[in-house]
Amino acid sequence: METEKEKELLQLKEVTIRFAGDSGDGMQLTGTQFSETTALVGNDLNTLPDYPAEIRAPAGTIYGVSGFQLHFSSEDIYTPGDQPDVLVAMNPAALKKNLPELKKGGMIIVNSDSFDIKNLSLAHYESNPLEDGTLDGYQVYQVPISSLTANALEGVKLSPKEVSRAKNFFALGLMYWLFNRPIDNTVNWIHQKFAKNPEYIEGNEKALRAGYNYGEMTELFTARYTVEPAKLPKGIYRSISGNEATALGFLTASVKSGLPLFLGSYPITPASEIIQYLSTYKNFGVKTFQAEDEISGITTAIGAAFAGNLAITSTSGPGLALKTEAIGLAVMTELPLVIIDVQRGGPSTGLPTKTEQADLLQAVCGRNGEAPVAVVAAATPSDCFNMALEASRIAIKYMTPVILLTDGYIANGSEPWRIPHTNEIPEIPVKFRTEKEGFYPYLRNENLARPWAIPGTPGLEHRIGGLEKSDIYGNVSYDPDNHHKMVQLRAKKIKNIENDIPLLEVEGDQSGELLVAGWGGTYGTIKEAVNKARAQGYKVSQVHFRYINPFPKNTEQVLKSFKKILIPEINLGQLARLIKSEFIIDVQQFNVVRGLPLRVADIVDQIIKTLGGNNGK
Amino acid sequence: MANNVEVKEIKYTAKDFASDQEVRWCPGCGDYSILAQVQRTFPEIIDRPKENIVWVSGIGCSSRFPYYMNTYGFHGIHGRAPAIATGVKLANPNLSVWVASGDGDLLSIGGNHFIHACRKNIDLKILMFNNRIYGLTKGQYSPTSERGKVTKTTPYGSIDYPFNPPMLALGAEASFIARSIDRHPKHLQEMIRRAGLHKGTAFIEIFQNCNIFNDGAFSLLTEKDTKDDHVLELIHGQPMVFGKNKNKGIKLDGLTPMVVDLTSGKYSKDDLWVHDEFDPNPARTAILAMFDETPGFPTPIGVFRQIIKETYDEGMFRQIEEVKKKKGEGELEKILFSGNVWEVN
Ligand SMILES: Cc1ncc(C[n+]2csc(CCOP(=O)(O)OP(=O)(O)O)c2C)c(N)n1
Ligand code: SF4
Ligand SMILES: [Mg+2]
Repeated sequence: METEKEKELLQLKEVTIRFAGDSGDGMQLTGTQFSETTALVGNDLNTLPDYPAEIRAPAGTIYGVSGFQLHFSSEDIYTPGDQPDVLVAMNPAALKKNLPELKKGGMIIVNSDSFDIKNLSLAHYESNPLEDGTLDGYQVYQVPISSLTANALEGVKLSPKEVSRAKNFFALGLMYWLFNRPIDNTVNWIHQKFAKNPEYIEGNEKALRAGYNYGEMTELFTARYTVEPAKLPKGIYRSISGNEATALGFLTASVKSGLPLFLGSYPITPASEIIQYLSTYKNFGVKTFQAEDEISGITTAIGAAFAGNLAITSTSGPGLALKTEAIGLAVMTELPLVIIDVQRGGPSTGLPTKTEQADLLQAVCGRNGEAPVAVVAAATPSDCFNMALEASRIAIKYMTPVILLTDGYIANGSEPWRIPHTNEIPEIPVKFRTEKEGFYPYLRNENLARPWAIPGTPGLEHRIGGLEKSDIYGNVSYDPDNHHKMVQLRAKKIKNIENDIPLLEVEGDQSGELLVAGWGGTYGTIKEAVNKARAQGYKVSQVHFRYINPFPKNTEQVLKSFKKILIPEINLGQLARLIKSEFIIDVQQFNVVRGLPLRVADIVDQIIKTLGGNNGK
Repeated sequence: MANNVEVKEIKYTAKDFASDQEVRWCPGCGDYSILAQVQRTFPEIIDRPKENIVWVSGIGCSSRFPYYMNTYGFHGIHGRAPAIATGVKLANPNLSVWVASGDGDLLSIGGNHFIHACRKNIDLKILMFNNRIYGLTKGQYSPTSERGKVTKTTPYGSIDYPFNPPMLALGAEASFIARSIDRHPKHLQEMIRRAGLHKGTAFIEIFQNCNIFNDGAFSLLTEKDTKDDHVLELIHGQPMVFGKNKNKGIKLDGLTPMVVDLTSGKYSKDDLWVHDEFDPNPARTAILAMFDETPGFPTPIGVFRQIIKETYDEGMFRQIEEVKKKKGEGELEKILFSGNVWEVN
């Protein structure tokens, strides 16, 4: 036997892998497992799940392809990678859909068993791409994954269908071998996950090991690769997705404020996980209410806020639209409330499983009347934790609704998170009004916040509601001057929050030729692009908005320190519009609305173009 | 907080529940009577200090109600009162939460919240002021307006079939369903008292005269010379008797009800349907609810049905306690550092 031959181990700085297959092939699971193991090995990483809206689209079709991309590195990284270096394609449709994005000369690992006439025609291939030259120039590895899995599982008490389903573990095992990662984390996971089903444990573990061993034994691969651990700051880490971080952020806000958490929510992709996660924290007294619709989601939360809970409601764009009228009610009644919008592609039902940033104007402006609310946006998956805390703090301190924007990309994507210790996280002070003396429902404190006087407090019985209130006393008032005054007070209260949020921080030179400004989930992409451009000698700086209404106090000064401002967004220029109208300055826009994160390379190009070739070097 | 509701002697009078706000319904509006009966009943039924009472409403003439009650109050947005009230109750289960709503507010724009509050059996008392018209917006037909009704938006008569509110509540499995009339103060007080004592979603349909836009909608049921023949007062354990001289009764033949004459000698009270609020068979409650729409039958008022089952709020807090017992009180540090963690040195 010549299998003992040592295989070469090549060191790489970073790798981007995309797993792609039928939505029933378990690609999300494969990707998540590979990510977890990669995190445990100590790489920095960033992931991008990309799955169809249909749960089980017809097998073999292009629109049924589900993908999971991850980018890992021995250095800091901020994006899931523009273009994969490696594509694992479980069927022809997965190859067809993903090949255009693969790097030139990239590696393709295909399940060659699936390239039969039926699957080729479902993928609209007229001839077999494995034979007709389509893949010339790529490193193609044809692995009969289905039959190798079936062989490995011979004798295991599983139906042929179940055996076939284990093939993703074979692929995972092979990738573990190829990228020099241990399999034990996944082995443990299999044992936990299928504890009640010993046949599944046996089958999946066998498939995983068979994949790993195949790499070792086969002649096909002459080398394997390794990526050294990244030098992350000291601490204890876990890999976290944005939705999980959001849930944990609000749980933490509940503990830090001493208020029970109430979440009213109606399921909607990609926000449903927030209520799913929070419903598991009952032993923290968390109350999750799956409402009959989005309006009930927010109005139950408004009732809970009135009665003294930390009240939140989670949704995505269409749900935010339904909540519009009720947000106005919370503005009028000046109650603390956080509305989480995990943005997805729109308008209407749009692209439920894809990402977009096109709800910004809806969040900032989308209500009847002058109805200002605070708007904040998370920049990365783990930043959702911080911004959930911030949204809660602002809502309580200023007695106002706050909209927290995240998006499908950071909600589902994950990254390593240095976990903060609870004692490093500041308390959120809460003061319910109890003194009867001098109490009026719309008397304001130095922050222009009105008192939070909750039912159950003796002597403070009062009535609030959506009709205009008289200043201080809070009785219904139709007085013209009073209305004018209240409109201004509500606006001023929100504007004042600018004194209580961090200043914008410019990354790079503090003034100069070009500033790239972004907001929300594009942080990583823009950062990587700016770093690349700088490495090529271009003079460019970056700011990123996490607070949008109000803007940080130094925004105007920062923007005016640069000759040109470039704003990349996954919409048609909504931040650009806000900035232009608020600061009367000219900005350049870069807008791509494909339901996917922006591409680093495109932003680099745009930076160079905006600088006018050599300009700024 | 309200957790330790003291067992002190609370003595309130009707006046204690009147707020300092001037009541602004049209003179003669049936809403005045409803307010008065609530204020009169509350001293008797309120088992906790009045700071633990919350009135929630939507939008409509009827929804101004909370402003006139000297309790905590929330005047919401159109249709959403049951949802807002649900949030209040779940935030603090020690509160006694009451909803004032109109036929448009509760059954049209808020229909979804209403049926789901009933279905979930949230411990709310819902008073629906049914004037069979949109009062506040000045006289358009409502989901309880009778077919053929001419209103501002139905100049040739409505072609809608109206909702039968007790039937709707029954379909949504409300655990307490009752009906009363603004002009029948004693009866209305009794229904409010009964709703107040019920645990779970208590729904009272109150026929309310809008003397501006739908005057006389219930006159058959309220005028001296017609009411006895048109109203059937349901009393638990009593045979269903009505009529000027208690001369008529309802007999149930299988699932077919019939009006019988008690003076002909053919039927006696022993033949009549005996009302049972706790009747487990909803089919019989449905038959009762249908009287309204059946020519020759009287309109029932009283408690149609009452069921005892766990309320949503009880379930929610029971589950929280159970999970705490099983998993122990939540520890944030532990949750944050859970899952696959690794250390970087
Ligand atoms: C979202 C919204 N739509 C419409 C209205 C207008 N509106 C106010 S009250 C009302 C109907 C009120 O009828 P009902 O609930 O029967 O109450 P009533 O005035 O008869 O007591 C309507 C349509 C509104 N305030 N808000
Ligand atoms: S319009 Fe009708 S319901 Fe409204 S206050 Fe006047 S009488 Fe009452
Ligand atoms: Mg009405």
